[in-house]
Amino acid sequence: MLWETFRLALRAIRRNALRSFLTVLGVVIGVAAVIAMVTVGQGSSAQVSSDIESLGTNVLMLRPGRQRMGPPSGDAARPFREADAVALAELPEVAVAAPVANSSQTVVFGNQNHLAAITGSTSDYLTVGSWEILRGRSFTPTEERSGAAVCIIGETVRQMLFGNTDPTGSLIRIRTVSCEVIGLLAAKGAAAFGQDQDDVVIMPLRTLQRRLSGNTDVPLIMLALEDGVSSTAGIRAVETLMRERRRLAPDEDNDFSITDTKQIASMLTGVNSVLTGLLSSVAAVSLLVGGIGIMNIMLVSVTERTREIGIRMAIGAQGRQVLMQFLVEAVVLSVIGGLIGIILGLVLAAVASHFMAIPFSPDPLVVLLAFVFSAVVGVVFGYVPARRAARLDPIEALRRE
Amino acid sequence: MAEAPLIELQQVSRVYGSGEAMVRALDHVDLTIHTGEFVAIMGPSGSGKSTAMNIIGCLDRPTSGSYLFGGVEAGGLDQDARALLRRHYLGFIFQGFNLLPRTSALENVELPLIYKGVPRAERAARARAALARVGLEGREGHDPSQLSGGQQQRVAIARALAGGPRIILADEPTGNLDTHRSREIMELLAALNRDEGLTIIMVTHEEDMAAYAGRLVEFVDGRIARDTVRAEAG
Repeated sequence: MLWETFRLALRAIRRNALRSFLTVLGVVIGVAAVIAMVTVGQGSSAQVSSDIESLGTNVLMLRPGRQRMGPPSGDAARPFREADAVALAELPEVAVAAPVANSSQTVVFGNQNHLAAITGSTSDYLTVGSWEILRGRSFTPTEERSGAAVCIIGETVRQMLFGNTDPTGSLIRIRTVSCEVIGLLAAKGAAAFGQDQDDVVIMPLRTLQRRLSGNTDVPLIMLALEDGVSSTAGIRAVETLMRERRRLAPDEDNDFSITDTKQIASMLTGVNSVLTGLLSSVAAVSLLVGGIGIMNIMLVSVTERTREIGIRMAIGAQGRQVLMQFLVEAVVLSVIGGLIGIILGLVLAAVASHFMAIPFSPDPLVVLLAFVFSAVVGVVFGYVPARRAARLDPIEALRRE
Repeated sequence: MAEAPLIELQQVSRVYGSGEAMVRALDHVDLTIHTGEFVAIMGPSGSGKSTAMNIIGCLDRPTSGSYLFGGVEAGGLDQDARALLRRHYLGFIFQGFNLLPRTSALENVELPLIYKGVPRAERAARARAALARVGLEGREGHDPSQLSGGQQQRVAIARALAGGPRIILADEPTGNLDTHRSREIMELLAALNRDEGLTIIMVTHEEDMAAYAGRLVEFVDGRIARDTVRAEAG
């Protein structure tokens, strides 16, 4: 009997194909929006986590300047020196400390040129940043000390200048510096918010300071803590040493800031899930509106088919059978809408993920929930019209034209 | 007579509304109908003939009095129980045919069998047989809109027959048909009554159609004015 009712519902829906489609459009859009939002949200959360992981766990970043919100104040912060990094590396809590300076320069090879971020640092930078050398080698201590004209390039820079050929041993020109490529980094892919991590040229700090920036400032120190050292303990040790080195009086605030990548990770993930939740709940509201659309059309349908209901009752249909007929019709409608919505939502999420360069991994639980929810919408909003149909008086219903 | 009458109305009244607006559609009606009878019910509009049909057809309930169906009290049954009575014992034919639109003749005839829970294969076979009985072989796949009025009424008769009812209730079955088609329909009904012993109760306002019935019950003002049994139906 239920199977008959189901077939009957499908037929009634097909009979009014266009109207049925417009009726379920609300549910389609609602389900598609929820699925797309949640899938993209989860994908970007996963991306943020893997980015943070690729940075290396328990990495601290030291920057000159007070840690506070608001516009930058007038007092210029003293930059670090290379000696600060050396001193920090000697702390028992710290595994390695890499002084980092940056400069944005055009890199030229043959008739190709490319604007890249030039990082000056030491081979420790590769450790802290979890970089791997795909081909060639890292800097030797001698090269670091003497400021040799050597560099390691990222995959993007290689593609722009060398195509797929092996870049090691070639000479590239950075402003006036002719620089030998000694290594190629393994590709990391895009970071959170889409910046390209592989668009990078790394050279010894001293090379960058002497040949490009012309000063000995170190605007960033990245350091990795020893295994088993907590962020809190590490930060305290680093803070104490840096206050000492910068001769801060006990009542003075820090004139540098320490950022823990774990904090960034949890903050980004938090922002991400709040956004996802917010957008998904807006989308869920449209599901509700879709349900009201179904109720509206089912009420019209009951009125239009009053005579049919009368005939069925005269022939021997009981009230609950008429109720089931219209309820099943509403549920079938909304489930069809749900299925279309799921497909549409997954397609949207896949396209969005592709353009945002985040992983596309649909959550079966979310898909199942969306499906169940669309069925529930059908039951809830189909009940009132179905009950109205079931309560019709057969004599009145038969008399209706 | 050992067997209980098929239908027995005892002092049945049906009152609509209350107070000033009260209308007494049936006023203490007694009526007994036996299996195998072909009864025509006539009367001016408002005489109570339709109300009587609705009560006999278990679509309505008497306000007072007793309605015995096959010797069992049916007047006090609730909606669901009356639906079951209609499903298993009654077949309806209406003036306006009342076929489901955009639904084939075969599926229209199958409808009561679906509610009876007849399996699909048997259902189709029984529906085909019923359509053949009313002379509509080869029209199983036609929509009502593709059939003439007379053919539509034949489909409706097949639908009433398909469930294997004990009574056919026909409410002005020829009201929408021309004289020629009307006679065909009446001959079909008369044949069902004569050959298969099917009990038929028919409301009509046309003397010629009532002439096919073996018994004529005339209503006036909610009462039975005359009840004549003819020796030979003509």
